[in-house]
Amino acid sequence: MATVTPLKTSAELSLNAQAEGNKAVRQNSFARYAAKGLPHRRIEAYHYTDIRALMKDAPAPAKAVGVPPKDFVFSDIDAFVLTIIDGQVASDTAVGLAGLSINISHEAPDDGLAPHTVFPSDGDPIIALNAAFVDQTLRLAIDGTVDKPVLLRFITTSAVSAYSRVVVEVVDGSSFTLIESHECASGGVTNSVVEIAAGHDVLLVHIRVNLADKNATVLTSLGGRMGARSALTSGNFVIGGALSRHQVFLRFEGEGSTATISGASMLKDRQQADTTLVVDHSVPECVSREHFAHVLDGEATGVFQGKIIVRPHAQKTDGKMMSRAVLLADGATMNNKPELEIFADDVQCGHGATVGALDDDLLFYLRARGLPKPEAEALMLQAFVGEALEMIAHEGMRERLESLSEVWLKARG
Amino acid sequence: MLEIRNLHVAIEDGSKKILNGLDLTIHNGEVAAIMGPNGSGKSTLSYVIAGKPDYEILDGEILLDGENLLEMEADARAAAGVFLAFQYPLEIAGVATMTFLKAAMNAQSRARGEGELKTPDFMRRVKLGAEKLGIPQEMLRRGLNVGFSGGEKKRMEILQMALLEPSIGILDETDSGLDIDALKIVSEGVNALRSADRSFLVITHYQRLLNYIVPDTVHVMSKGRIVKTGGKELALELEANGYADYVSDVAA
Repeated sequence: MATVTPLKTSAELSLNAQAEGNKAVRQNSFARYAAKGLPHRRIEAYHYTDIRALMKDAPAPAKAVGVPPKDFVFSDIDAFVLTIIDGQVASDTAVGLAGLSINISHEAPDDGLAPHTVFPSDGDPIIALNAAFVDQTLRLAIDGTVDKPVLLRFITTSAVSAYSRVVVEVVDGSSFTLIESHECASGGVTNSVVEIAAGHDVLLVHIRVNLADKNATVLTSLGGRMGARSALTSGNFVIGGALSRHQVFLRFEGEGSTATISGASMLKDRQQADTTLVVDHSVPECVSREHFAHVLDGEATGVFQGKIIVRPHAQKTDGKMMSRAVLLADGATMNNKPELEIFADDVQCGHGATVGALDDDLLFYLRARGLPKPEAEALMLQAFVGEALEMIAHEGMRERLESLSEVWLKARG
Repeated sequence: MLEIRNLHVAIEDGSKKILNGLDLTIHNGEVAAIMGPNGSGKSTLSYVIAGKPDYEILDGEILLDGENLLEMEADARAAAGVFLAFQYPLEIAGVATMTFLKAAMNAQSRARGEGELKTPDFMRRVKLGAEKLGIPQEMLRRGLNVGFSGGEKKRMEILQMALLEPSIGILDETDSGLDIDALKIVSEGVNALRSADRSFLVITHYQRLLNYIVPDTVHVMSKGRIVKTGGKELALELEANGYADYVSDVAA
């Protein structure tokens, strides 16, 4: 019998060519990716986001660092900005803040096989690709209270692939705010992985914003490990990208911690954005809350996959997950996949998912007060998105994101 | 002046006819009350005047000062001077009451080609109106109607009416769910808005509300039509005898 050779897509062929004989590429991690190729709809975790079908090309990494856009929507946020352009840290890392030290390393990053990894041990292809191609790891060590947020400004300046890796270690008793802003030019591919290892009694705020061009691909992953009595709030906001996947892998490793993960995605035209969460309660008495809102117009597709795992000893776990979506057009699609995997018997867990149009009765109420239809709809959607945004634990960023959502709604007309 | 002529209305899928040739005229400055049994079409009438899209207008017309309301969307009717105080005001989590009030007032000003309100003027008007109705400032900062009691929601409707200054105010069972104190506050709020160029349509099951908001005319509605018209004494007669006379009349 003839050997069956699976057909490679042009993106897969490009990736193979980029890795072939290239010493800068970590061949072990590339092999983890290559074993399965780009993930597609028959891979369960990618059933609703068929990267193989949707990713038209995998452009080569930039040969030289490009020129970043001048305007920056968060320039007025009082933060310590670290700019990562086309995968290279472009800021002076010597200028630090009290409690923060920064360095850049080149060792092999976690592709799901490192000890204590929070990434899928069977290999997530996006993370494996990142580990294969990323050049530098930006390391942030947090010891104490850092007065200003650190704002990571990821920029992909042209139709290239940009791989970035950030590892944050937060020692016991520290307090830290990390903002990820993703800008990616038309035709570009951003693949970023941020790993946070937090100790005990840590207060952590994380915000991630996707502002990519409407013809860009954005693949971002967050891995988090939390010690005891710590609190994390992660807020995600997506308006950019043709194809985006935002992953969160979080594991509670110490008792008495809480995590609030929220997000709002506002998509139109043919945009597709995926949020995939795995929250792993491996110890007792932790609380997790997830609230995600999607506003989908045109032919946009939203995907929410959220899994709460409660391990056998993780008694008194309290986990609640909510995904809500509003469809504004007949062509818009939402795929919700909430999952609970519970192996302990004394827990409180729940999930809910709603998909629908705007409430006609409420719309009439507002119009009966004189608001024209577009204005009434915008007000309702602002409120809908606001529910998710109000969980963002940084006032300045919350206000900026609220005004970005207003601009989005106004552009709808 | 509001004139309704030969109004025939069915629910949108046409399966059920609710208004059957209703005629009603309310002059400027007049307070008209409509009373009638459950299912007579009172609330439908209020929704149809305000422009709720769930109904099919089979025949007839509704004119406000000569303008045909049926050709306008709900927001245009509001700008033209129609205000409906809802029986069940809706809640909007995430939109502060103040934000909503300002958006509504400005939208109507814009639709009439007037300039937007200046913020200090707006604040002053809201503060004054809220005080009269016993609405605390804290309520104005909360999401619209979120967590408000039945009485608070009704007071909020009257505040909106006071701020939007309609030429016709329609009160759809505003007395439902109100205790006697709230009923007095709401009625005083309405009475304060009575003027020579503003009329009211008060829809109610019970005569009690009409002790506080004294109508000029009372109309009895049954099976989608006005079956009797009289003065305020008609309400007392209904309270004593019930609707049986009118319901059986039509059914016979």
